Amino acid sequence: MRESWLLLQRNLSDFWKTFRRNQMGLIGAFLVGTALLLAIFAPLLTSISPMETVRTADGRALTFAPPSVHGPLGTDDAGHDIWSQVAFGARISLVVGFLAGFIAMFVGSLLGILAGYFGGWVDTLIMRVTDVLLVIPDLPLMLVLVAAIRQLNLKISPLVILILVIGLLYWTSTARLVRSQVLSIKERQFVARARAIGAGHGHIIRKHILPQIMPLIVANTVLILSTAILIESGLAFLGLGDPTQPSWGTMLNFAFDRNAISNGAWWFYLPPGLAIVWVSLGCVLLGNVLEEMLNPRLTGHHLEGEARVLSASLKSAEESSEEVSHG
Amino acid sequence: MSRRDYLFRKLLLSLVTIFMVLVINFVLFRILPGDPVRAVIGRNVKISAEVQQALREQFGLDKPIFPDQFFNALRQWAQGNLGVSWSLRRPVAEVLMSKLGNTLLLIGLGQVLSIFFGVLLGLFAGWKRKTPFDVGALTFSLIAWATPTFWLGIILLAAGSTWLGLPTGGIVSPENVGKPLYAVLPDLARHLVLPTLTLTILYLGEYMLIMRSSILEVLSEDYILTAKAKGMTNWQVLWRHGLKNAMLPIVTIVALNLGFTVSGAIYIETVFSYDGLGKLFQTALIKQDYPLLQGAFLLLAVSVIVANMLADILYTSLDPRVKAN
Repeated sequence: MRESWLLLQRNLSDFWKTFRRNQMGLIGAFLVGTALLLAIFAPLLTSISPMETVRTADGRALTFAPPSVHGPLGTDDAGHDIWSQVAFGARISLVVGFLAGFIAMFVGSLLGILAGYFGGWVDTLIMRVTDVLLVIPDLPLMLVLVAAIRQLNLKISPLVILILVIGLLYWTSTARLVRSQVLSIKERQFVARARAIGAGHGHIIRKHILPQIMPLIVANTVLILSTAILIESGLAFLGLGDPTQPSWGTMLNFAFDRNAISNGAWWFYLPPGLAIVWVSLGCVLLGNVLEEMLNPRLTGHHLEGEARVLSASLKSAEESSEEVSHG
Repeated sequence: MSRRDYLFRKLLLSLVTIFMVLVINFVLFRILPGDPVRAVIGRNVKISAEVQQALREQFGLDKPIFPDQFFNALRQWAQGNLGVSWSLRRPVAEVLMSKLGNTLLLIGLGQVLSIFFGVLLGLFAGWKRKTPFDVGALTFSLIAWATPTFWLGIILLAAGSTWLGLPTGGIVSPENVGKPLYAVLPDLARHLVLPTLTLTILYLGEYMLIMRSSILEVLSEDYILTAKAKGMTNWQVLWRHGLKNAMLPIVTIVALNLGFTVSGAIYIETVFSYDGLGKLFQTALIKQDYPLLQGAFLLLAVSVIVANMLADILYTSLDPRVKAN
């Protein structure tokens, strides 16, 4: 136990040494980190509730006030503080995005492991389902699904419906990735040896396969998060969010429906969109860097000058010999 | 596996997928409230109980849901009978067909422009890897990926209508509605600028990224080194050996992106009040016009699946190396 902890510690510090030098990764971590802080400390960072109406001295609602009149981001058509809505909206957007992303990650990893490890008809079935899901246009499918589920009057929050629909539709890429990794790992010698000394399927998956694919799953999850957050914003923009708990997408739905554009109220429609770009960009940068660190790819090509070509071909020679020794 | 087997499998998969879409459509249609008879004749038409009963029998609604009603629904859909829109009181199929052209025009323009510029910029970015141009191109495509379609549309709408005096929505100005096409062409073009620009900017990034990684892979092949050794210039190598081989993945991506394109059309048509299938879908959703929603879903899903299959066939005839997996 102690040894594995030490190993984990060393791996993490190695990881940090490489990560620290990667600008893209640091920017991504900064973007995601600040958004998380905003969501967590929303009550401390705002002076007024997002549902409270800002009023002028004579008691009238201060509607469509620009940032110069009411700081820092002005008010909307009902006189609600925009900054406060953005800060509290971060909670909704991030919670929905993260939960949906985690469901997708969990379902995708589970099905990917099952397909890759057991093969046969299990594999065929799961892969055909992913093929089918991949081709059906996702937004129309989600819209029809959400509309139908809402009609059932199940008395569950619209946000829960969004989380489930996004989570249960976006697992296909994770499943494919995990499956291909499991396929190559299960052919390695240590798995064959474990099986030879009588280890069961559960043991092999938990002790030998999961630890190997875990880093890749983490990187993939970060990428899925950005998709989930973007999809949530889109569905909310089309009016499928919860109006009583507005996310950034719901804010944009309000801004669009209530003529923020024709009123020139840029402070109403710019901040929520920037926030969405901020988080999804952060997740993409972070996810790409993590994936790159765990899964290095091509480093050069033949039109780049002699020295690089040489080093690239040496490198690819090394890589292929490594592959041979793995196989 | 031979090419014929591969195509056969693709065809089979497409058929299964279409069948799944039909099942989803049928099941959801049963969940949604409202009498299917109403869906066909319209919600506010007054009819007597006897007529209603006669209609129920005619539509087979007195029979079990499976298999009778299911196959009956399939037969109706196959004949292009998608029911009557509750909000528009017109046959759904007719409404859909009247909007199809507008959407194809928008999507087509956006795709052609984004593929053209995406391929060009991606080729250049891959060739000049790690130069400021490449870094700029990568940054652009990352930001484009992380930007919600509808939000970019909102910004371009606000900017274009304020500073360039471009129209804020619709396909032609109200005074031009009903005039022949040649007379409204300049007006139509002005209306198309912003939605097309939004689509192009968003899809450009992805095509650029795909082209960049594809050309990087091609340029590290040995035949590029051979071509270079023969004394060809970089431009010749890039044009004769690079572009052609690197273009292949674009075909698959165009197909795989069709679903994504449909999403884009829904958002962009909503933002720009563009009178196409996407706007129709959003209106049906808001007005809870279920026959229209179901019909639009069926049309969009089946066209994407068929287009995907066609792209697969095209791909195998372009690249003889294609094998299953």
